[in-house]
Amino acid sequence: IHFILLFSRQGKLRLQKWYTTLPDKEKKKIIREIIQIILSRNQKTSSFVDWKDLKLVYKRYASLYFCCAIEDQDNELLTLEVVHRYVELLDRYFGNVCELDIIFNFEKAYFILDEFIIGGEVQETSKKTAVKAMEDSDMLQETVEEYMNKPAF
Amino acid sequence: MALKMVKGSIDRMFDKNLQDLVRGIRNHKEDEAKYISQCIDEIKQELKQDNIAVKANAVCKLTYLQMLGYDISWAAFNIIEVMSASKFTFKRIGYLAASQCFHEGTDVIMLTTNQIRKDLSSPNQYDTGVALTGLSCFVTPDLARDLANDIMTLMSHTKPYIRKKAVLIMYKVFLKYPESLRPAFPRLKEKLEDPDPGVQSAAVNVICELARRNPKNYLSLAPLFFKLMTSSTNNWVLIKIIKLASILLFFGALTPLEPRLGKKLIEPLTNLIHSTSAMSLLYECVNTVIAVLISLSSGMPNHSASIQLCVQKLRILIEDSDQNLKYLGLLAMSKILKTHPKSVQSHKDLILQCLDDKDESIRLRALDLLYGMVSKKNLMEIVKKLMIHVDKAEGTTYRDELLTKIIDICSQSNYQYITNFEWYISILVELTRLEGTRHGHLIAAQMLDVAIRVKAIRKFAVSQMAMLLDNAHLIASNTQRNGICEVLYAAAWICGEFSEHLEEANQTLEAMLRPKVTTLPGHIQAVYVQNMVKLYASILQQKEQAGEKEAAQEITQLMIERLPQFVQSADLEVQERASCILQLIKYIQKLQAKEVPVAEEVIALFAGELNPVAPKAQKKVPVPEGLDLDAWINEPPSDSESEDEKPKTIFHEEEQRHSRHRQPEIDEEELARRREARKQEQANNPFYIKSSPSPQKRYQDTPGVEHIPVVQIDLSVPLKVPGMPMSDQYVKLEEERRHKQKLEKDKKKKKQKKEKRGKHHRHNSLHTESEEDIAPAHHVDIITEEMPENALPSDEDDKDPNDPYKALDIDLDKPLADSEKLPVQRHRNVETLKSPDSEVPLVEKKSKKPKKKEKKHKDKERDKGKKKEKEKK
Repeated sequence: IHFILLFSRQGKLRLQKWYTTLPDKEKKKIIREIIQIILSRNQKTSSFVDWKDLKLVYKRYASLYFCCAIEDQDNELLTLEVVHRYVELLDRYFGNVCELDIIFNFEKAYFILDEFIIGGEVQETSKKTAVKAMEDSDMLQETVEEYMNKPAF
Repeated sequence: MALKMVKGSIDRMFDKNLQDLVRGIRNHKEDEAKYISQCIDEIKQELKQDNIAVKANAVCKLTYLQMLGYDISWAAFNIIEVMSASKFTFKRIGYLAASQCFHEGTDVIMLTTNQIRKDLSSPNQYDTGVALTGLSCFVTPDLARDLANDIMTLMSHTKPYIRKKAVLIMYKVFLKYPESLRPAFPRLKEKLEDPDPGVQSAAVNVICELARRNPKNYLSLAPLFFKLMTSSTNNWVLIKIIKLASILLFFGALTPLEPRLGKKLIEPLTNLIHSTSAMSLLYECVNTVIAVLISLSSGMPNHSASIQLCVQKLRILIEDSDQNLKYLGLLAMSKILKTHPKSVQSHKDLILQCLDDKDESIRLRALDLLYGMVSKKNLMEIVKKLMIHVDKAEGTTYRDELLTKIIDICSQSNYQYITNFEWYISILVELTRLEGTRHGHLIAAQMLDVAIRVKAIRKFAVSQMAMLLDNAHLIASNTQRNGICEVLYAAAWICGEFSEHLEEANQTLEAMLRPKVTTLPGHIQAVYVQNMVKLYASILQQKEQAGEKEAAQEITQLMIERLPQFVQSADLEVQERASCILQLIKYIQKLQAKEVPVAEEVIALFAGELNPVAPKAQKKVPVPEGLDLDAWINEPPSDSESEDEKPKTIFHEEEQRHSRHRQPEIDEEELARRREARKQEQANNPFYIKSSPSPQKRYQDTPGVEHIPVVQIDLSVPLKVPGMPMSDQYVKLEEERRHKQKLEKDKKKKKQKKEKRGKHHRHNSLHTESEEDIAPAHHVDIITEEMPENALPSDEDDKDPNDPYKALDIDLDKPLADSEKLPVQRHRNVETLKSPDSEVPLVEKKSKKPKKKEKKHKDKERDKGKKKEKEKK
């Protein structure tokens, strides 16, 4: 996977994760281009688009589009599963996730993604383990936050 | 804002956290930019605070702004500060920000090396985890070199959570620092059999990615993967393993290293295909089986059973209502098509059905498939269906795509599947009715190509083209600035060049002289002018032979009257040609007035046959021995002349004309010189196609066109209105003809055999005849394109020298040399300060590890104890 983008139906970017390093300008250009390509596609069309030498695999969940760019040899269906699994993870973590959850807890959405995918490869295929890792690290965080919320100063 | 007034108060600053920022942005839709610049000012203030919590909050907000597209690189140093916080909450935010906005050009990144190393060896697994995750996004060659050894150590961490992350990150490290691959590989291999499925899948992923780039180095792993494939139950891992297997196999088939692998693979794969319910796994398996069969198609007798199975499964995919499956099914189908066209052809109905799909991408895939599915039998039928789609298609892009596909389908492999060229010409003529297509030049090129190369069709083509010219106003008017008028270029040229076939040359000439013509693009007008003269010449000859002097003079007069409109053209080419020709014709008029017969001389201007030249012919002319292309031009070697004059394209008739007469002699000369020396080479050269003075030409002369029965065409086909869909009638005619032929064949089988042999003879330089021998309706001489003597084989594909994966092409089976060991850097952590020297050799380090781990455990327990205490509070 080269990158993952989440954007709304209005074309607003909600999350971007790059597994290849590119200059910012390039990224912005790509994002604009891809959002345009995908939003202009009919709902009834298939979820795959050939784009440059990559393939875009996207899926719409409610008002959010999840889009991955993969290489020519990668399995499109597997990528759809990856996207779906990510949505499932979000769902589990937030409990019936909606777009607002991702907007307001965008850092959490990133952390979940990081637990699931590293460097463009799936690292954890088990939902249980990923959510557990997430909760554990949150535990750690929450205790610290509690500590911080009663500041000594 | 009010907040600014109290910027001294830390508590108030806390109020504006990420949520507030998001809410604020949503509430300031109109003046978002202003609001955000305000926020950035606040953030800058916050970053100046000493309190790490405030800083972390600021960085968090910055990360959000970065996603919205604002530049936050100015805060890179602050991000590093937050990364180095001891609290996990802040560290996490710091790493997140870093992974989002750092890239190789970020200069402060080198400051992070020690921080990251510290985090990697942290007793807290989540500290390590977050550092690894961050590293995966912004690793640079320097970081990779400095940290490779640390990450490698983490690959054998006690926690699978860390192990799997470390394994995956190693891939990134390999990419940035290829030298690390060899020392790390043995451990990576170990991880393939890790007890934890997550780690195992990570290792499979990494090796799969590595092998994809340089398969040959990983062949030795094949047996291990084979074992994993039969034992694994995790679909995610299975897909990757199968992918890897197919990669290895694809490569293995090319080398004699693992010839048995493919055969071994087929069985478990077919089992999986039968048993699995996961579509993604099924798809992967089918793809791999296809790959296996492609790579083994020569070496294996028959696997029609597995092909049949694949095609069946794909049919299920295509029939599915899910567009994604449909799309992928078609995609995979086209792969099978390349090697096993027969098994796909039986599903023609399904694929034609897909042409009606709502999804354009699916229709395009189906078109691709059709391209490979045509045969002599079904070409007409398929093209007819496509023509219907052309009429229905909304949206010019799709229609243009259809048009090019039709032409591609018909012209593929040297018009192999066309049995009736009249039908093809009428298809082309019908295509000219398309409005707004960009592919006029394509149609034009086809018309020219067919008319030149298929001698028997010229008469028909000329009559069709004459009609096009006659109705030029239809084409030119409704397609202002559109490509379709390009066909007039072809039409004019064909009518001119083959004017001897024209029945009513006068009428065509007048059509070409209409004032409307001057509105056409310049290059078309130029061709018009040039070909008018050809027409004129042939009319003149006709009239003179018939003794109608007055008619001849009339036609000259007509030319002199109408040509001035071209002389005034703004286009230089048109102007020049027109004025030349005008003078010529005025001269002719003078001669005519003196009652001198001129036709023979005029026609001599255009004598000779134009032969098509292969598009790359010039490029393939070998440099003769002793010819130095850089040598002075005024002392050239004797034979350079002919090569320089070979025309680049068939369109540049001017150039061609003056070389036409000389060429044969020089060719003969050259041939004689070269033939002996290179005969052997030519015989073995698949790219060599015989040029015109070969035995092939003699066939045209001796058995001749007259010898073969030509179907009477003019009776049933109305040739009056162009744009009338006529191709349908051809389809019917063709069917009847084939039927008749069949009957005949049954009657006189013996005779047929003889004819067949004759036909084989004729075609053998082009292609081997297909099994279904439908005799073409016309005697078709497909003239091969001329190629220079001893044409060079086509250019090799150069490999991309900038391939980033090339560096990873490393032999992994060689034993490690000392010099290759990973650099172990001085550790500045308290823990490792005990190690006496910066250059700790690898072995020593390993032996020390247990101690470290023990220590870590203790640390952790202590930590936990602390935490519990906190929670109690």
